[in-house]
Amino acid sequence: MTGAGPAFGEGPQEREPRERPRDLGPLAEELGRIAGAEQVITQEHQLRTYESDGLLQYAVTPAAVVLPGSAEEVQQVVRACHRAGVPWVARGAGSGLSGGALPIEDGVLIGLARLRRILEVDLENQRVLCEPGVTNVAVSEAVGPTHFYPPDPSSQIVCTIGGNVAENSGGAHCFKYGFTTNYVTGLEVILPDGELLRLGGRELDRPGYDLVGAFVGSEGTLGVATKVWLRVVTKPESVRTLVAFFGSTSQAGEVVSEIVSGGIVPGAIEMMDNLSIQAAEAHTGAGYPEDAGAALVVELDGSDAECEARFEQVVDICERAGADSIRVARDDAERGVIWKARKAAFAAMGRVAPNYYVQDSVIPRTRLAEVLGRIDELSDEYGLRVANVFHAGDGNLHPLVCYDGRAEGEAERAEELSGLIVKTCVDAGGSITGEHGVGVDKKRYMPDMFGEPDLAAFQKLRCAFDPDQLANPGKLMPTPRLCGEVPGPYRQHPLEAAGVAERF
Amino acid sequence: MSRSGSEVSRHSPVASRHEPGTADELAELLGAAGEPVRIVGGGTKLAWGGPVEAELKLSTAGLDQILEHNAGDLTAVLGAGVPLARGQQKFDEAGQMLALDPPDRGATIGGVVATADSGPLRQRYGAPRDLVVGVKAALADGSVIKSGGRVIKNVAGYDLGKLLTGSFGTLGTIVEVAVRLHPRPERTATAAGGTTDSATLAAAALELSHAALEDLSLDLRWGGGDGALLARFGGAAPRPQAEAALRLMKRAGLDGSLVDDDEGVWSLQREGQRSADGAVVRVSGVASQTADLLAAATRLGARVVGRAGLGLSWIVIEDRSSEEAATAVEELRRDLDPSPCAVLDAPPEVRTRIDGWGPIDPALLGLMHRVRERFDPAGIVNPGVLP
Repeated sequence: MTGAGPAFGEGPQEREPRERPRDLGPLAEELGRIAGAEQVITQEHQLRTYESDGLLQYAVTPAAVVLPGSAEEVQQVVRACHRAGVPWVARGAGSGLSGGALPIEDGVLIGLARLRRILEVDLENQRVLCEPGVTNVAVSEAVGPTHFYPPDPSSQIVCTIGGNVAENSGGAHCFKYGFTTNYVTGLEVILPDGELLRLGGRELDRPGYDLVGAFVGSEGTLGVATKVWLRVVTKPESVRTLVAFFGSTSQAGEVVSEIVSGGIVPGAIEMMDNLSIQAAEAHTGAGYPEDAGAALVVELDGSDAECEARFEQVVDICERAGADSIRVARDDAERGVIWKARKAAFAAMGRVAPNYYVQDSVIPRTRLAEVLGRIDELSDEYGLRVANVFHAGDGNLHPLVCYDGRAEGEAERAEELSGLIVKTCVDAGGSITGEHGVGVDKKRYMPDMFGEPDLAAFQKLRCAFDPDQLANPGKLMPTPRLCGEVPGPYRQHPLEAAGVAERF
Repeated sequence: MSRSGSEVSRHSPVASRHEPGTADELAELLGAAGEPVRIVGGGTKLAWGGPVEAELKLSTAGLDQILEHNAGDLTAVLGAGVPLARGQQKFDEAGQMLALDPPDRGATIGGVVATADSGPLRQRYGAPRDLVVGVKAALADGSVIKSGGRVIKNVAGYDLGKLLTGSFGTLGTIVEVAVRLHPRPERTATAAGGTTDSATLAAAALELSHAALEDLSLDLRWGGGDGALLARFGGAAPRPQAEAALRLMKRAGLDGSLVDDDEGVWSLQREGQRSADGAVVRVSGVASQTADLLAAATRLGARVVGRAGLGLSWIVIEDRSSEEAATAVEELRRDLDPSPCAVLDAPPEVRTRIDGWGPIDPALLGLMHRVRERFDPAGIVNPGVLP
């Protein structure tokens, strides 16, 4: 296998319906023997369920879907695929937004939804051991009310820990608390040749390479995790939340800078622009003023005394910056209302546009005003509206490029505009993706961030885990690459051979 | 490219040391080496890991520029050879810090990251792996590669920064590090509770690790029949939290007091992780194991510094013959099984008697070697330092 790419990789394409079942040969039967025939899907109309992840513009049906019920079955499935030389994609809830779980046309999709047991809750040592199909929110529920699991993607009710591991998911609270990678201490993984290994464990700093750190965020290209050790933390004493409304995003952006440079590390600090406020308000009726230029949600958590002191500081900063109004949540219900509008922002965009592209770029926070200005210019130039919702603390923008897919050429223009926004962010010293992952959707932007030697180094890691490139090929890397043989244990350097540098 | 001091010359009669002034120059030397190379930063942890036999030494000391300090973004980019203390001094001017406080002794940022060393602030801010947002490294083939970036949130590409962190140079020589900074707490206060009973100390440590307090650090120390639990708080109003911690300590049977001017207390904790002539065993354990760990250390007459909430401990065995010290390490491994016990500082006579890293699952070791082979096929960089 040479890691032949998926059916496409250059942006959205039309789905090509396929009626003829693909022939996996004896592998199809073997999958049935491993997981039970009822857990293997090969009928085209049933395969449709798995044709896309959360990013619907990409759709491919795999040759087969298998739903193993245990780590042992996952191992046998992976081993069988390896023997047959068939590529595979592991899938959790399929709620990812980069096409990372997009199936491979002639490959197998391994659904992990049946591996959803929480195996161990060790509150004394603040660890949870779970299977990959466990939902994100289930972990916090299992350790509450005293503890919680900090990474909280907006999709936390459905998304799975296995998917979070693959994508290194973030969430609204990661400015203070960090990402999935900061909370995974160990993994049981199946390598693409079927070998079962434990990386890390319950303990920190085990001797050897930090292969847990390399695996988390590798988008399913290094293997599949079958058990995950997570660190959970104690719940803070207090949580205080406010939303402040400003005339413009640049005004709100200055407030963010002032809060952060004032030594305050909010649990969350989120911004919405006018268009997203309008959409969210129409959707939720949370009471955000529809004429506000920007809404800034600030949440502080920690000890009572610290929260109190800091909260006053934040209110003061907002007032001095000329906030039009400030709403402070007096209880959990009011806090819920404030968050409702923010969390509904993506879903609400349907109210203002039939279709949208969402990006996930990151910029250094201090470049916010400049980048938003450039996005406005581009938006005018293309005659397309761009809504902005962002995790302001860590500079993670989610520009939503609105378009009408029925209007001739508008989807292409929107895609082009979307790409220019990504480039603007990279040029400002940022990243093409903060939390959604590269997947198929952003791999074309990888060369904007990484040069040839960098990509070659990525490939070295890939080849160490998966020399046959059977695990989720065609994702993350911009173009397919080979894994060469490892040279022998000793190579004579040309200079040495020439007698130039035999001894220093 | 090479300056005269770092010219690759023939027939050098003694082991040679090169100190390139740029990342490219370092990469070029590495690519042309063709023989084992020892990478050196501040030279403060050369005794860690297995012995490295290499006549050629490549120092990062010349890569000593603070390349960026983006105060508004709370990030910085440092040459690998920048002494950690010099970086901190610079960040301090802006009321910021890099939240890494391993025992210093002149360590460079590159060395701290390459060895994944950490100190008491880990309780709140994490380890080097959690604070490094990007790296640039010279690989054995002479290429210079980067991973990550300069922003604190970024999932583009594989996280080679984590792979290189703690790899002791064996996958690539870190030449530049981009880090996340934090506001330096304007005030700190420490609650300190003492006891002469190790079981009481362990129980109190566990109790404190579950309190709804935001501690910067939660450490313990134990040795010679005497110990203390230390909880440090920082921010606008650290004292109420320190007082709350003190109340919990007293309820758990410790004799406590508050320390406002607490820098000295924590400096001792950091230094407790090192030993000039003894053996230091770093135990990767869990918090609930503390009582057993203190009992084991007591039996051996060793002293302990521990991150009470994280299950990480440094057991220091001093004033022993090398044979006794080696036996003590084996005893610890038996008593604390399955927690890995890695020997960090140790005199050469002790090191030759033991396996410094301890047993590692052969399958995992196989994967580690496959990773190593991809990055350094000839195995020339720091050979032998890792298992």
